[in-house]
Amino acid sequence: MAERQSPLEPEFHVGSHGNFEHGVEILLTETRPGSIVQLAAWPGEEKKLIAAIRTVTGLALPDGAGGGSSDGVKSVFGFAPGKFTVADEAEGLAAAFAKAVTPAIGTVTDLSHGRTAIRIAGPKAEWVLAKFFAIDFALPAFPVGAGRSTAHHDVFAQIQRTGADQFDIYVFRSFARSFWKALCHASEEVGYEVQ
Amino acid sequence: MLITCPYCGPRDVIEFTYQGDGNRERPDPASQNFEAWNAYVYDRLNPAGDHNEIWQHSGGCRAHLRVVRNTLTHEISSVAFVRGDHASAARRKAEDKA
Ligand SMILES: [Zn+2]
Repeated sequence: MAERQSPLEPEFHVGSHGNFEHGVEILLTETRPGSIVQLAAWPGEEKKLIAAIRTVTGLALPDGAGGGSSDGVKSVFGFAPGKFTVADEAEGLAAAFAKAVTPAIGTVTDLSHGRTAIRIAGPKAEWVLAKFFAIDFALPAFPVGAGRSTAHHDVFAQIQRTGADQFDIYVFRSFARSFWKALCHASEEVGYEVQ
Repeated sequence: MLITCPYCGPRDVIEFTYQGDGNRERPDPASQNFEAWNAYVYDRLNPAGDHNEIWQHSGGCRAHLRVVRNTLTHEISSVAFVRGDHASAARRKAEDKA
């Protein structure tokens, strides 16, 4: 596999920034999963696809729109009817799914090099994200593990809540640096640390 | 204006793309019936009130939706997936307010 370079690199400055005299309230990092895969089921094949996700990742999908789960290494969430995003720290997820998801069940699209995963965590994570996206980030409305498809100024974003105050945001790789800079600016007033 | 996507929940209209009048019925692509094609392309009800419309949640789940919107008040009285087989993917009740 080719060595992957981060699109954030010129703007990725480890350390504390902004108004952090009273403490850092936001942690920003790039999770750099080895695999990011998009799966889509043909009509009526959703249950078989969900079973294949369980076979390959060991993750069970909760019922309902936008349901998802994460074990800290692998993550999955629904982002559209019959469609799922799966990420794994390791490479090779697309090849594993290509075996499990037969052409009769649906499709596998390898986006490992096409998306950048940015993690925002901390007590002000909901607050900062609320400046970007007009969706409800409160825990009862957006439970841990769940995913949401939305957009920020036409930059499409898939967001998975991976903790009570932690979100993983998948954005187009080509827009990732611009989005990252915006996220840093938005975090300045509460103090943020890049890890 | 908010549209409540059956998959994503209530979202700002900025996330949606209007796909046209939902009352149109496309003639068979092989049809030579020019009156039917003319009606499909040009004839519109243009009601002052409830209107059947097709919207795509282009900035979200990208599903196509059948929306009934009041052209006088922008009130939206119903939203459903265009594809009937997507109905089972609708947001579960516990998350209705999401
Ligand atoms: Zn939607």
